[in-house]
Amino acid sequence: MMKNKNYNEYELSKRRRDLLLQAAVTLFALVILAVYLMPMAYGVITSLKTKTQTSDPGAPILPAEAITFEYEGDSYDVLQVPTESGIHNWALVKKGRRASEFVNPANPEAGLIAWEGNWRRLEPVREFAVQWDNYPRAWQTIDFARLLANTLMYAFVTMIGTVAASSCAAYGFARFNFPFKNLLFMIMIGTIVLPPAVTLVPTYAFFVNVLGWGGTWLPLIVPAMFGNAYNIFLLRQYFLTIPREMEEAAQIDGAGRVRTFVSVILPQAVPALTAVSLFHFFFAWNDFFGPLIYLAGNRSANPITVGLTEFNGLYSSETQLILAAAVISMIPPLLIFFLAQRVFIQGIVVTGVDK
Amino acid sequence: MFTEFGAARGRTKWSLRTAFRLQGAQRDEAKWGLLFLSPWLIGFSLFYFTPMIVSFVFSLYDFTLSAPEEARFVGLENWVRMLAQDPKTWETLYVTFKFALISLPIGMVSAFLLAVLLNSKHLMGRNVMRTLFYAPTMVPLIAAILIWSRVLNPHTGWLNQLIEITGIQATGINGLRWLDDPNLIYLAYTFIGLWGIGNAILINLASLQGVPTEMYEAASIDGAGWLRQLWSITVPMVTPVIFYNLVLSVVGLLQYFIVPWVLNLGSGYPEGSTNFYMIYFYKQAFTFQNMGYGATLAWFMFIIGLAITIFLFWSGRFWVYYAGENR
Repeated sequence: MMKNKNYNEYELSKRRRDLLLQAAVTLFALVILAVYLMPMAYGVITSLKTKTQTSDPGAPILPAEAITFEYEGDSYDVLQVPTESGIHNWALVKKGRRASEFVNPANPEAGLIAWEGNWRRLEPVREFAVQWDNYPRAWQTIDFARLLANTLMYAFVTMIGTVAASSCAAYGFARFNFPFKNLLFMIMIGTIVLPPAVTLVPTYAFFVNVLGWGGTWLPLIVPAMFGNAYNIFLLRQYFLTIPREMEEAAQIDGAGRVRTFVSVILPQAVPALTAVSLFHFFFAWNDFFGPLIYLAGNRSANPITVGLTEFNGLYSSETQLILAAAVISMIPPLLIFFLAQRVFIQGIVVTGVDK
Repeated sequence: MFTEFGAARGRTKWSLRTAFRLQGAQRDEAKWGLLFLSPWLIGFSLFYFTPMIVSFVFSLYDFTLSAPEEARFVGLENWVRMLAQDPKTWETLYVTFKFALISLPIGMVSAFLLAVLLNSKHLMGRNVMRTLFYAPTMVPLIAAILIWSRVLNPHTGWLNQLIEITGIQATGINGLRWLDDPNLIYLAYTFIGLWGIGNAILINLASLQGVPTEMYEAASIDGAGWLRQLWSITVPMVTPVIFYNLVLSVVGLLQYFIVPWVLNLGSGYPEGSTNFYMIYFYKQAFTFQNMGYGATLAWFMFIIGLAITIFLFWSGRFWVYYAGENR
């Protein structure tokens, strides 16, 4: 009896301790998360403010606008005026160093009210006002439609090419024996850690000087058509998990190598193909250095990344527009990520953990 | 880690002699294998192998893109200039390494600790938390830089206003001028980099999930506390992943370019503290169109990267733990 009671008490205290630990860990994670995501909140909120608010250190956190009041044909700022009868929201009509004259917006017929004190110390009255207008304005100023069209063209054309080429090569590595296979595989993995700069100068000279492709997307599209080591590696890992029996069955039925690859392997590898396509899409959406050097001098071909950077240089004081454009540019990748996160995360883990 | 890449299903031992004497089915298989591989083989020879060699040849020439007919062979002159006469080479390398030494440890430790947090069985809503912690990695880098550059504004930015809540003077003239102070700039760039550690977190997390729970149970019976378990079990078990992240980060940092470029167009502001090696390479090769000298700088970057990678692989033998491997 005694023993049983002790046991219950132990259980109870353990559960209580677990609950406390759970609350503490979760709270801690939430605080870290809040700090980590704070700039995102800042970006979205500030993109909805007016220009004056973005540069005013005293402005409230949320988008708000100072109220004005129309009086006898002119508009005046409404301030918070402390008086003996409490704080009043009055419009400042006549500014003076020691004393100013106000009018009560609720009762303008009463005429001017004299007030002693420095009006510069008074806080303006603000009301919540969201500047949705910043988004269409940013969209137009930066000509976002054109940037988006360029980026999407690049992303989709190279996505199809690189996925097709990578899956071919991955199949070669996964299923066939040929001379120097291990060596070739090592070299391929080695290209992942090869700094692109070392091949860049002759490639640039060739594309721009010999082929005259400067200012076009071709120098970025053509190399992508030959696959990419990351994608090949990821697809190979996946192909290795597909049982060979299915291919053997297809071959007995008379299917050739290409046919087997297209109708047996590829349909089974849809998750891996999706992951690779997504990786490539995000890569293309973010690609900056290539477009920067190859598209120099042809602004109409710019992708979002380069366009945003130029916009930032030209309109650096228009913080709200720049942030609005930045927010627009992050919506598609975030949306796709939230929708397809399972496939996506699996892909990252495979490349990182499978070695 | 990378040595295991070799395990690419090789049953036959190949040599140059046997390679050309394949017969029948073997020959057929090799033919098809190489055929499937051909996109990559062609791409590799056209866009990796040949340019690398040509790049080295370029480094022996004085060659400007605007006047290619005036190119002339100068031997090792570019190399001598780069290593002995041009102070910029070492200045920009110093800047790159200084930044790497600050940002690498912070990034890697943060990724590891966040993975531990997201793996905790006491954390409620783990899946939602993981998604949210990964989300900033999805923000395009340019957008992230533009947002951070405003968040780090000493007066109106939220970071300083957040710090002020804790009672430290952060805004104002004597406040924390993240992007204007050469002592703070690397930390500021590191913050921007922290928005890109999602993949490192995920890989750490996957590796943490692979640690057998019996190890923790045994340790806790032996009286090891949480911190002791973290240090003696968790850290050694995830060293392969830390190693992988380290190799990729080092290679990435050598090419650090976009953040300083977007923030100050490679001007080095403030006080030359952001003159990274890649920026210098870009200016030589593409702004001044010095193809010869640019190629030399690029090859030097390749050599440094290779040296560091080899060093990391060598040192990995002493600190990277592979389960099921005799050491």
